[in-house]
Amino acid sequence: MPILNKPIVFAKENFGDGFEKGLKMKPIDIVLAVRESGLKGRGGAGFPTGTKWMLAATATAEKKFIVCNADEGEPGTFKDRVLLTEFTEQVLKGIILCGYAIGSQVGYIYLRGEYDYMVNQINSAIQKLKNENKLGKNILGKDFDFDIELRLGSGAYVCGEESALIESLEGNRGEPRNRPPYPVNTGFMGYPTVVNNVETLATVPAILNLGSDWYRNIGTDKSRGSKLISVSGDVEFPGVYEIPFGTKIKDMLELVGAKDTKAIQIGGASGTCISAKELNRNLSFEDLPTGGSIIVFNNSRNMLKILKNFMEFFVEESCGQCTPCRIGNKKLLDGVNMIEKGECSVAYLKELLSLGETMRITSKCGLGQSSPNPFISILTTFGDEILATY
Amino acid sequence: MLGSELSDLNIEISELVEKHGNGRQSLLPILQEIQKRHGHISGHAQQEVARLLDIHPVEVNGVVSFYAFLKTGIRAKYNIRLCKTISCELANKASIAKTLERELGIKFGEVTKDERYSLEYINCLGMCDQGPAMLINNEVYTSLTPHKVIEILDNLK
Ligand SMILES: Cc1cc2nc3c(=O)[nH]c(=O)nc-3n(C[C@H](O)[C@H](O)[C@H](O)COP(=O)(O)O)c2cc1C
Ligand code: SF4
Repeated sequence: MPILNKPIVFAKENFGDGFEKGLKMKPIDIVLAVRESGLKGRGGAGFPTGTKWMLAATATAEKKFIVCNADEGEPGTFKDRVLLTEFTEQVLKGIILCGYAIGSQVGYIYLRGEYDYMVNQINSAIQKLKNENKLGKNILGKDFDFDIELRLGSGAYVCGEESALIESLEGNRGEPRNRPPYPVNTGFMGYPTVVNNVETLATVPAILNLGSDWYRNIGTDKSRGSKLISVSGDVEFPGVYEIPFGTKIKDMLELVGAKDTKAIQIGGASGTCISAKELNRNLSFEDLPTGGSIIVFNNSRNMLKILKNFMEFFVEESCGQCTPCRIGNKKLLDGVNMIEKGECSVAYLKELLSLGETMRITSKCGLGQSSPNPFISILTTFGDEILATY
Repeated sequence: MLGSELSDLNIEISELVEKHGNGRQSLLPILQEIQKRHGHISGHAQQEVARLLDIHPVEVNGVVSFYAFLKTGIRAKYNIRLCKTISCELANKASIAKTLERELGIKFGEVTKDERYSLEYINCLGMCDQGPAMLINNEVYTSLTPHKVIEILDNLK
């Protein structure tokens, strides 16, 4: 299924010969163009892509690697699935351009195991580029060799976290590392490694085709460009939409045919839940950031049940390496079950909320740091409704 | 297992190691392929992989036990995994769960006596716009209704 509304960046014609243009540029000029465009990581954390590439490009190392993060495990997110199906070649070209820009010879695509059925399509797109001499040895006659290898995950959400992903690529349990050092410094096999989201990489050929200024002028001052949003839940038209950053919740809801809306979960299970009354808030790094998931709930929904679903997810997906996350998520889930039975005192609920704050600060990786988000936001925003039966 | 089956498995594993290489970073692709072909990774297979990659069997077992898709126990011919994450939940996954349990005569987490079907829940499949969704082995099925599920099961026979 393609992008449902009028695309901004992700229209085939925008990519033109961005790839060929890029390979005619000096590697450092690609890094500068990406930096100028203001592109920030689309995987959730929003780190400036040009800065990441610059760190990798200026690192001196025998080898460097690129990893395209196609683990897409955040509940409610499926835009990378659409990109990998509809824009396969642009994703691959983005990886190759990154390789050229930072001086790497090997890129990996880490595809979640759930997307196993896409393997053939991606591999034949890789083969096609090889046949066209856009991948392999002496790409387009240049002194530049690059290969892309497809690797699969095996059903672990935490492997989307970049250091866990690298552990997994190295053949280990997908347990996140301490950061720093960051992958861009000490990544795959200890070498500088750029980990980027599928959407981040796929955007690059369009930026090189139409220019950094074209891209900069979309979106807001702090959030340049556009964002793919996966919309699901109580809406008439679920699917992937492309919106400029800064789009208001109100307009988003209208676009997707949401009626009788009560709440919106922004950024997946690890994101924030807002009330439908907060219509004027907007999707951007400065207000409501999202890796690309919006889940809409209408007035018939029980917010506590929704929260329970999220907390069960985190209890299962915590890698168990650190205590705040391993035990904390269980305690929060127990709390939800106690509320459901009317057995959670308000004093204990307050303790759980403060446990959530502690988890945010003390967990080792983003999973444990963000897993209390739905607990805190749903119980804060909908606490009166949830405790109304008390 | 018979001795001849074991040596067949050994040959197969040594071919996989040949194909993927014997470095540590080949461990996961090798295990994934064994999983795909056999539906599980037996203790013997784990030891053999460990031997050929020159790592401790505990290392291999540690990896197998970490990943939800890698299994040690024998699995059914058709492994049915229904998504239980939020968007599928909202799209009435409960009615699909009920249909599956009724038609197969087993509960989630169980295997049918004839080892044809096993039923499990799985976390977000990335099909949130087309829920409820499930996997049968590696094939994805979307926009399920109870009727559709009965038809799909029929076609497996
Ligand atoms: C638990 C967890 C899961 C993550 N899953 C993904 C994912 O599926 N895809 C992704 O691109 N980034 C994911 N990330 C973010 C990555 O760690 C990393 O920041 C990102 O891949 C960097 O790429 P970007 O700068 O292009 O966004 C995840 C982070 C955490 C903490
Ligand atoms: S925060 Fe959770 S997922 Fe991350 S390292 Fe700790 S236990 Fe593992």
